[in-house]
Amino acid sequence: MNKKSKVITAAAVMTSVLALTACGSSTTGNQGAPAGGGANKTADAKKSVEIFSWWTGGGEEEGLKALIQLFKKQNPDVNVINAAVAGGAGTNAQAVLASRMQAGDPPDTFQVHAGAELLDSWVKAGKMQPLNDLYKEAGWTDKFPKSLVDMMSKDGKIYSVAVDIHRGNVLWINKKIFDDNHLKPPTTFDEFFKDADILKAKGITPLALGDKEPWTATMLFEDVLLGELGPQGYDDLTQGKIKWDDPKVKQSLEIFKKMLTYVNSDHAARTWQDASQLVAKGQAAMNVMGDWAKGYFTSDLKLKPNVDFEWTTTPGTGSSFMVISDTFGLPKGIKHPEETKTFLKLLGSVEGQDAFNPLKGSIPARVDADPSKYDVYSKQAMADFKKDALTPSIAHGSAMPQGFVTQMNQAINIFVTQGDVNTAATTLEQDAEQNK
Amino acid sequence: MSTGAKKRWSFEKVAPVLFLLPSIIAIGIFVYGFIGWTAYASLSAWNSIVPDFTFVGLKNYIFLFHDFRFQSDLRNTLFFTIFFIGISIVIGLGLAILIDQKIKGETFFRNIFIFPMALSLVVTGVVWQWLLNPSTGVNLILKKLGVVHLPKWFVDTTVIPKIHWGVISFGIPVAILAVVIAAVWQMSGFTMAMYLSSLRAIPDELKEAARIDGATELQIYRKIILPLMWPVTLSTTIILAHISLKIFDLIYTMTGPGAGFVTDVPGVYMFETTFRGNHYAQGTAIAVIMLIFISLIIVPYLVSSSRKEAE
Repeated sequence: MNKKSKVITAAAVMTSVLALTACGSSTTGNQGAPAGGGANKTADAKKSVEIFSWWTGGGEEEGLKALIQLFKKQNPDVNVINAAVAGGAGTNAQAVLASRMQAGDPPDTFQVHAGAELLDSWVKAGKMQPLNDLYKEAGWTDKFPKSLVDMMSKDGKIYSVAVDIHRGNVLWINKKIFDDNHLKPPTTFDEFFKDADILKAKGITPLALGDKEPWTATMLFEDVLLGELGPQGYDDLTQGKIKWDDPKVKQSLEIFKKMLTYVNSDHAARTWQDASQLVAKGQAAMNVMGDWAKGYFTSDLKLKPNVDFEWTTTPGTGSSFMVISDTFGLPKGIKHPEETKTFLKLLGSVEGQDAFNPLKGSIPARVDADPSKYDVYSKQAMADFKKDALTPSIAHGSAMPQGFVTQMNQAINIFVTQGDVNTAATTLEQDAEQNK
Repeated sequence: MSTGAKKRWSFEKVAPVLFLLPSIIAIGIFVYGFIGWTAYASLSAWNSIVPDFTFVGLKNYIFLFHDFRFQSDLRNTLFFTIFFIGISIVIGLGLAILIDQKIKGETFFRNIFIFPMALSLVVTGVVWQWLLNPSTGVNLILKKLGVVHLPKWFVDTTVIPKIHWGVISFGIPVAILAVVIAAVWQMSGFTMAMYLSSLRAIPDELKEAARIDGATELQIYRKIILPLMWPVTLSTTIILAHISLKIFDLIYTMTGPGAGFVTDVPGVYMFETTFRGNHYAQGTAIAVIMLIFISLIIVPYLVSSSRKEAE
């Protein structure tokens, strides 16, 4: 070979190698799947179950591991593949799941919030199997609250098993600030604004907000909606019986707008943890967040409930329970239906729920779990869960389809900076129409 | 001898084709095939988790151009591109000229300036998000120095001057400057390297001749060196422009969409609308628009450079 042909050959080899490696890395990158591709094949030889979730950090990962350990103890011959995908609030996991489901390669079971996230997507697309037989066999028919089962059912068929419950309408309070100023936790919007004025006059930030990720602002607004419309009105709104440009929704936007005048000025640069930290450090008095904030207070910041912080329901929502529930379903066309059913049975059992929830910081979805395993906050939440009206969260994809939630986050983001009530109401109504 | 020549001829003909074939096929499918598929999906009604390929024409595009967020994205991209390229080139050229003065410890400085480029944009985003956080970053130093009106950096929602255009207010979003700082920090080392290599390529005789003719150092730079830098400036601009038009990771990790979408860009919107909202048709429409913008810059460049090669 002469010099020229050597150069050509080398260049050609380099290009094909580059092209091939580029393709290879881009496929794995897009799927973002855990390094389980190879493990999958070898595991197929024996019995196994693949559990797909976004529980990769903090207490949730420990809870999942405890569950898997319990499952392995009971079924030593079954190999468990923990296909957890990291990423805030399941964003990456949901993208990976969508591509796997569309490609006809569903995981044996996957984490999905009860409500629209389950029913308006996978169930509507005909990708899930009903679990009524499993519920009957395991004797669960009266072990979960009826309104929770409704959030997992379509046309009388139940499509998933709930493992935990989080509450979305909690107002977290710095106890020292409230005690020093002789304030009582507010239960109505009037009381809230009265307390907020007193605090503001003393130079204390009344309400902490961290809406760098816009869902936190959406969550605050959905709690205002629930407080203003009541559980029935809230359900009517999410089910399309009340329009989003209804005067009551506009009134809620006005209240929300007024609340925003009491928040920390750097809210757009903070995450929900940063906002919770303001309350923990005494730089702000109150914060509206789901009860995963309690896990952050007690495990990360080592605060004591009822000593360093206290809580109440968000204004006007005293008899409502904003539900965010993680559930697992049974997709069609999976490789290991029997082992998966065994796993789902463990998820729904008292034993499984009590192994998982104290570690994750949530409360069990079953009403007959053992309260002595839970802390003072969770005990109260468990009692409320049994008696309160359960309302599904919009911000976490339970009450409205994911497409609406994304657009609502946009509308709220614009509203937070521009404060235009009419525009926001009209946009939300258009979004609701578009995602019907 | 004659058989050897024949063999070499056939090998030279066949080998490149054989070697290139896999990559041509792969690129055909994974690049051009998917571009076509993306464009096809952008004309469909696939705006939920269930694929729906009903043809809806330009509906998704029309929606976007009426959308507050997308209009903000176009405005942000415009100003981000202008500032990012402009400042990177000025700083890069300045650093290159300084380093070209045969200073002591040249390698050390060169490495320091190039180093940020070795970092992933994700890392840059996270670091600058801390540094420019209005309550925990450089503002603490400014506060110590007695600055009263602390900048709000990427949290600032001001747009100057506020001209109403469509549904958004048109002007420079102040928050975008915070992102520009991070992007310039990352990329000005690269422009410096480009300029430095081109400065070093200028023969010393040229400068010597000018000096003998009585030209001052300033005149040498103005009349000889800077004009010779034009080709580098052009290629640097092209490279920075395509980075700027498709930027995602830096902004996603540093600010996200930002309050009122002052730091949002098409890349972030595309990601969120597709993978969070399951609005696949709208997401692919954004992707196609981004591709068109990038082509508007890259294609004329490719055409002109291939013409030059032909000459």
